[in-house]
Parts: sequence; structure tokens; C-alpha cells
Amino acid sequence: MEKVGIVGVGQTKYERKKEDTFAELVFEATTAALADAGAEIGDIDNVVTVSNDFWDGRTISSMAVQDAAGSYNKDVSCVEGDGVFGAMYGMMRALSGSFDTTLVVAHVKGSEGNMNLITNAMFDPIYQRQIGIDATSSAALQARRYMEKTGATEEDFARVSVKNHSNGVNNPLAQIRKKITIDDVMKSRKISEPLKLFDCSPITDGAAAIVISNAKGVKRFKKDPIWILGASHLSDSYTLGYRDLAYPRALEAASKKAYAMAGITDPLKQLDVAELADAYSYMELLWYEGLGLSPKGKGAELIRSGATGMDGELPVNPSGGLLSAHPVLVAGLARIIEVTLQLRGEAGDRQIKGASKALAHGINGPCGQAHGVFVLGS
Amino acid sequence: MGKKVAVVGFGQTKGRSSRKDVNGVELINEAVVAALADAELTIDDIDAIVIGNMDHFEGINYVDSWSVEGSGGVMKPIFKVTTGGTTGTTVAMCAYYHVASGMFDRVLAIGWEKNSESDTTGAIITAFDPVWERPNLGGAIAGLALEASKYMTNYGVTERDGARVAVRERLHALNNPYAHLHQEWMKGLAVDQLVDLLVTSEQNQVLAFPLRMSDMCPRTDGSAAVIFASEDVAEKIAPVPAWVHATANRHNFSLAGDVDMDRNTTMAAASKAVFEKAGIKEPLKEIDVCELYMPYSYAGLKWMEDFGFCAYGEGPKLLWDGVTDMDGELPVNPSGGVMSSNAIGATALIRVGEAAIQVMGKAGTRQVQRDVNLAFATGFGGCYWADVMLLGKKKPA
Repeated sequence: MEKVGIVGVGQTKYERKKEDTFAELVFEATTAALADAGAEIGDIDNVVTVSNDFWDGRTISSMAVQDAAGSYNKDVSCVEGDGVFGAMYGMMRALSGSFDTTLVVAHVKGSEGNMNLITNAMFDPIYQRQIGIDATSSAALQARRYMEKTGATEEDFARVSVKNHSNGVNNPLAQIRKKITIDDVMKSRKISEPLKLFDCSPITDGAAAIVISNAKGVKRFKKDPIWILGASHLSDSYTLGYRDLAYPRALEAASKKAYAMAGITDPLKQLDVAELADAYSYMELLWYEGLGLSPKGKGAELIRSGATGMDGELPVNPSGGLLSAHPVLVAGLARIIEVTLQLRGEAGDRQIKGASKALAHGINGPCGQAHGVFVLGS
Repeated sequence: MGKKVAVVGFGQTKGRSSRKDVNGVELINEAVVAALADAELTIDDIDAIVIGNMDHFEGINYVDSWSVEGSGGVMKPIFKVTTGGTTGTTVAMCAYYHVASGMFDRVLAIGWEKNSESDTTGAIITAFDPVWERPNLGGAIAGLALEASKYMTNYGVTERDGARVAVRERLHALNNPYAHLHQEWMKGLAVDQLVDLLVTSEQNQVLAFPLRMSDMCPRTDGSAAVIFASEDVAEKIAPVPAWVHATANRHNFSLAGDVDMDRNTTMAAASKAVFEKAGIKEPLKEIDVCELYMPYSYAGLKWMEDFGFCAYGEGPKLLWDGVTDMDGELPVNPSGGVMSSNAIGATALIRVGEAAIQVMGKAGTRQVQRDVNLAFATGFGGCYWADVMLLGKKKPA
């Protein structure tokens, strides 16, 4: 693919019950990303916003943030899904020949909605909603199926939570900054068998923005670009019963394509850092397998080996991941931002030394139905 | 850098008030199957999919995920874009950029809506600011009535002028087998007589002055799918592809109070950007046919001025002179337009599809009787937002 990269990033602090409006959050993230890039809004050729009408409680949710995103008199569109898909579209626009630079900005206020009702609404209205299924209870089904198929245990899931919470302590923007033990996770309140409180990501408010530029546009910005080496997205079936919930074949196919573009043949060795969508602790193990970081069915062995810890072969979620802050939709952009900071060497106390190749990942739909993968390099 | 892109296939469902025989996924599937058949492709040929609708009309969250078994998105790249009334053109533009980026060769754009499952105005009201605007100026009709009143006052326009637009759209719809409204009773009556009937009939209820039932679009169940292809494959798929010459949008406003009620400034800015890109100096002369997202009659007067088809205040003259009729200099909405079918998420995509089939010479009974070199399509929605796309027979340089 032609050269395209990330030249600016900005985020709000992630918290529950922020008082800012949607527009104020978007303005804060946009302003921060422009400042980071050493740019002004005039350097931006077009804008992609990311929002969701259910989470915002507004139809045409993008209407609330057009001015705050700086899109006045510019071409603009709105992706309704995880931020990683917003970044995908922003990148396509920068490659299309119509624009050199794209601002992508996402917002959410999880605290203003009801997660159970909002995610219940992604299920079939006639046959499934009535049983009360939502993001968490469907995730619990997936976790159970994964345990059944691979022999992974609740303690293995707890290891993911302990690792990511421990990492989150070093991230000043994270919502939860608290060291916990396997025992803390195992003894935490049951949410949906086998998932317990510390297996589940929190309800979060926040916004994030990135500036994407093609090779021609980069001279407008002061920072060296972090290049997009590979990018791919793919969806599995919708009906849970049509899928093997214990193996993410869509992630496998998407990552293979992104790796091929980036020239990666052994991701565990060649990648220096990865940020994955750990909405629930067990998911990180599934995504290890889909991304080819571990053999099929061996995700639990990878977490047990410590290879994905801060000192391991491939640190995963140095930011603390979604378990430390889960602004829905914003999440994918936050993953891209974290690896961008890592590749620039600007990740502060959580810096992975010498990181030069990284992976960022986001999901859409129940039980990680659709996946977006970016491979980035300095 | 950037691939040239063309429309190579189009499928749509017949507009209906209520499609109780299908669910949303099945409705989507009908349009996808029709578009694939039109392009003589199979779903395996499709490299990526873009879909759009308005969440609150059907109450389905994450429609891109929910619909894959009907859209063909299983194990394909798919995501959702949505921007209100402009959703259909937003989907079209997104598919265009997928292909232009060089990452995908054949991309399927899908727009759909089952308005029968919704309270349309109830849902649209929630687009507006909950504190400042919902209590006083929400919904689809109020803002348009305000715009029409202002326009009538500014230029001495009458209710007969508005009704003349409605008559054109409904007469054109009689040629379109996919249109929702087929007002057969209009057949054989003179235009003047129809206009008189619309402005005097007590059955033609006033909704919000000056808008009557006949001035508004219907609520429709329907879906549409358009296939975009890169220059590397387009001519192999379609004998006459409809090339995208330029596309642009402007979504400048967040609050209804920000909107300039005197002129449609976003429609003017977006179309100006496209005309500049395509080197068009006299749009009335150079464009051969239009498919415009005009959800109510007075848009067919005032917005024509904002596109630059005539001077300010001269929309009624353009109309009464017959310039925009099927046999006029610039036929507008041969399909019958939005006033004859409005399945909201599909509506603007249908404009693109209808413009494309005019270029491709596949519009059947509604094909304009002239050589179509350039066709102009628009989307409208949100807070006076505008999307435009110009299609042409010649591959752009």
C-alpha cells in the first residue's frame, strides 16, 4: 500500500461520570491531537467522526459534534462502530487522492446510558432480546465455551486482568489504576458465570482523536509519522450459533492480511508491542490465538508464560487495556494512540524500550464478531 | 494516487408503506441480490461492504453486525456509516473511497430502512439538542415549513408553485415501477388542473403551514444496493459504467438555530466544490439529468437556485417553464424522487443508483430521451446537511 501514517494523537482522561457534553469531549480530544501534531484545523483536509445513536441517546449522533470536530466547510462522515473502523475509513480517505489528511475523532459517555439495554439491542428483536442477553452475558457464554474447548481456567482469565490492571497503574489517563491479585479477581463479585467483576471492563466516558496523513501531507506536521504498515478488517457471522465462539476465524484472516502487507511472518517475535480489545479478560486469550501469537487452543499458555507481560517477549496492553478504561467506540482509537506513543518513545512510565513495530486491534458486535487490525511502525 | 471509480450495478426494492412479509435482514438481501444480478456478479466477487440506516427507526444496534447474513458480509470487511437523511450518499461516498484508496476493487454499498417499524418524527426529534431544541423545533416537518415560509416571503412564491413541484414528482413516479406512490388518478389531467386540486382540496390536509400532505415525502420500507468498482475491473463488469467524476459534502451545522433559513448554504457549497472539481461552469447546460434528495416540494424551487441552475427567486419560473420535466432541458427526478419514495437510509443511495442507470442507459420506462453524459445526485439530511455526487459516461482524466 502507499505510504500513510499517524501524525497526531489526543485523548481526554478516561473517567466515569464526566460532566462535559459530547461536543466538549470531542473538542478537547481534537484540540489535543492538533496540538500534538503541531497543526491547526486548516491543516486538516477532511474529518471522520465516530459515534453511536444508542450510546448517545440521539438519532444522527454525529450532529452533536460536527462543529466541535472542526468539520465546518470540510468533507465529513461518521462511522458507527469501534474507532478502529473509523481509523480504517480515515486512512482510505487519505489514500483516495481526494485528501491528504484526515482527522478521526470518537466520543462516548457510557455513564449516560444503560449498557445492558444498549447491548441487548444488538440482538435479534424477536427471538433473543427477551431472554435478556447482552454484551456481558453473551461474553460469558463465549468464555465458558473457550474453557470447555481449550482447558483454560478462570485463573487464566484472572491472570489477564492482573497483568492489565498492573499496567494501567502506569497510565495517567486510565480510569482504574489499581494493582490487584489473582485472588482479588477470583473473589470479586460474580457478574455472569464465569465472569466476575474484575474480568469485566468498566463503564467509561471519554474521547480520542488521531490525525492521519499520506506521504504528501506529512510536511504540514512537526512530528515524524508513525507509518501504517498493514491494515485489515473482517466480520464473522452474526448468529452466535453459526460461529465457533472459541476461535476467532475473522481475526485470523484479518491479521494474516495485515501481516502480509507489513511483511510480518512471526508476529510474536517481530512485533514489539500490541494493544488488544480486552473488553472481558478471557477475550485477550482468544485474540492471542486469532492473531497467531500462540498456537490454536494455547492462549492460556501464553499468558501463563509471562510472554505478554511488560518484560515479556511481546508486551500486550501496556496502557492497561479496556479492563482499565473502556470508552466504547473510542476504544479502538485509544489502542492506536497507545501504540503510536510507544513507537514514538513517548509512553512515559509504561514505555517498551526500542519498540519499532506494533499492533492495534478493535472489535464490533457481540462476542467480537468483527475485527479491525492495524500494524504500525516507526 | 487514487483509483478512478465507477458504478457498475444497482438494485432496489419496490417502495411500500409496510413490508410485513420480510424482516430487515431479508429486505436488505433483496436489494443485494438485485444489485449483484444487475452487475452479473456473485457475492464472492465483492471485496468489501458498507451499510447504513438510522438506528432509532428500527431499534437495532450495530446494524452492520446484525445484517451480515443478509448483506453477504460473513467473512468480509464491513462497517457502518450513518449521517441521518444523507446516510445513502454517505454510504455511496464511503464505498467510493474504499475503491479509490486502492485497497478494494469491488465494493457493495447498502442503504435500507423499515419506517413502518418506527415513529419517524419521534425518532428524528431526538437528533436535536435535548435541552435547547427538542421542546420547540424538532422533527422532520417543522424546520421545512419554516424554510418554505421564509422563501415564500422573500420571493413572493405561492402555494401553487409548491404544488407544481409535487405534480412533477408524482407524474414522474408513474414511470417508475419501484416508486412507493403511484397516484394513478393524476393520469390524463392537465398540470394546471392538478395544481388547483392540490391547493384547494380539503382532503389535502395542512400539516404545518404552508406544507400539505401532498408537499411531503411518504414513509417507506425499502432497501437499495449499489456496486462500485475500480478502473481495473469496471469496464469488464459493465458495458457502460457510470464513472464518479466528483463527490463532496458539507455538514456545517450542529444546531437548528445555526442554519441560514434564507439560502441552503451547504447544498450550494457542496455542489460548488463538485462543479469546480469537474470543471463545470454552466450546470444547467452541462448536466443532463438530476436525481436530487428533495424531501418536500419547496426544495424543488429554492434549492434549484442554490445549485446554480437559476438565479435567486427564479426557481418557480424554471419549474413552470417545464425545464425540469422529463422532456425539458434538465429533467429532474425521473424516478419521482424522494417525494414519491422515502426509505430514509436507502433514499440518497437510490438517488446515486438512479443517476447511474440514466448514464448507463438502463432506466427503462423512466430513461430520459437524450444522451446522458453527466448525471447529478444529492443527499440531504441532518441539520441542513448536503452530500453530492456527479456521475458521467466518460472516464475522468
